[in-house]
Amino acid sequence: MSSTLADLAPLAQTEIRDRSGDADCVAENGTFCFGWAADNFDRYVEPTLEHLVLVGVSVIAGFLIAFGLALLSHRRRWLIPPFITATGILYTVPSIAFFILLLPFTGRGTVTGIIALTAYALQIIYRNMVTGLNNVPVEAKDAGRGMGMTDSQLFWRVELPLSVPEIVAGLRIATVSTVAIASLAFLAGAGGLGTEIFNQIDFKTNVLIAGGLCVVMAIALDFALLLLQRLAAPWRTGRVST
Amino acid sequence: MTAPLGFAGAFGDAIEFILTPQENRFTGGRKVGGLDQVWELTLNHIELSFAALAIALAFALPIGAILGHYGVGERVAISIGNSWRAIPELALVALVAAFIGFGFVNMTIALLILGVPPILTNTFVGVRQVDRDAVDAARGMGMSDLGIITRVELPLAVPTIMSGVRTGSINIIATAAIGPLVGQLTLGDFILNRNVYGEEGVLAGAILVASLAMLVELGLAGLQWLLTPRGVKIARERAAA
Repeated sequence: MSSTLADLAPLAQTEIRDRSGDADCVAENGTFCFGWAADNFDRYVEPTLEHLVLVGVSVIAGFLIAFGLALLSHRRRWLIPPFITATGILYTVPSIAFFILLLPFTGRGTVTGIIALTAYALQIIYRNMVTGLNNVPVEAKDAGRGMGMTDSQLFWRVELPLSVPEIVAGLRIATVSTVAIASLAFLAGAGGLGTEIFNQIDFKTNVLIAGGLCVVMAIALDFALLLLQRLAAPWRTGRVST
Repeated sequence: MTAPLGFAGAFGDAIEFILTPQENRFTGGRKVGGLDQVWELTLNHIELSFAALAIALAFALPIGAILGHYGVGERVAISIGNSWRAIPELALVALVAAFIGFGFVNMTIALLILGVPPILTNTFVGVRQVDRDAVDAARGMGMSDLGIITRVELPLAVPTIMSGVRTGSINIIATAAIGPLVGQLTLGDFILNRNVYGEEGVLAGAILVASLAMLVELGLAGLQWLLTPRGVKIARERAAA
């Protein structure tokens, strides 16, 4: 059986849209048809916003859940290995499969896409939170205790602020990853820029614009979080790799 | 999708699709699925993934180890390790198909772009993080640079390197699922061709891709355990306790 791009049609059943911008370039499927891009750029606005919502909601939800888990496991350290394992198992399931495996449970739609993306973001963020909290120097904690802090004061006023660089580093990795993974969220019926890529996957200009928008979004969000980190923890610039 | 608990039926249909060839409303009497086709696509998927993984290892391990040993190119190694995450795999494979063309070799190139970075970066970081005292001790015992890399630094860096190898392998297996766009019939064919295989075929493809990834992950976890020097394991257990 030969699988051609035409076979992919039913997921991609939008008619070939107006390519009149520069007909020759489009007919030859040139490297990048600037005229067409200028005429058709508006069609990418809505998918870009959808993509942004998918990423924003998922990273924020992932952050909140990870924070909850970190709070739980911080004073109950035996919880850390099961939490890491539970969130990690999920990470070995390729996203292309995970979006589809959720369909029988939650149906097609934005929610399904967000659930999958949240799961991926969550594990990256949680790991970095644990690393950050573990790396707080014992001397700093001792100093806090010496000043008469309770456990909860120590957490909120010493340990958490000192972990901000690692936490934001995790947030940045999670955000950049989520932007890329969200380009497969169309498989769960969640829209986003992947829909545009897939609809005309053999038209170079289209793939370059939609794929390029993904990359630009990842870089822009990464930069925004870097700025946030400088504001939130001006005393230290962290560098964490996972 | 169907009523509550419909998921059991959906997964049942998918398993049936894997086991026996099915007719569906799209195929016009032609049967799709079944163990023979599943086996064929699985073999293709494995062949493509392993070719890419072998090349990625042959390329990333020595370069990462040498850069890490001499401590050069840190900025490049780290930024490569961070930037692959921004690449949308669907667009990458589509662009490879559009600009370089179809074929096994071209698909392998696409897989390398996502497979090499985590292995290279983790090898660099792993080797770099080896205790300098251990390296000095080895040097004092008269070891050459090559000896230090292969007999001191790489063994001590196994946990970090293998975590990169695992990430790289998962990337490769996941991206190989998009192979049908470049004419490589992998398990992703079931996922991407809903109009040939139907809903049950799409779900079957997802089950198969996820299972393959988990099996490889398990295998690599076992390999990591075998490759990790006994002393490192003991030190890790102490640290965990």
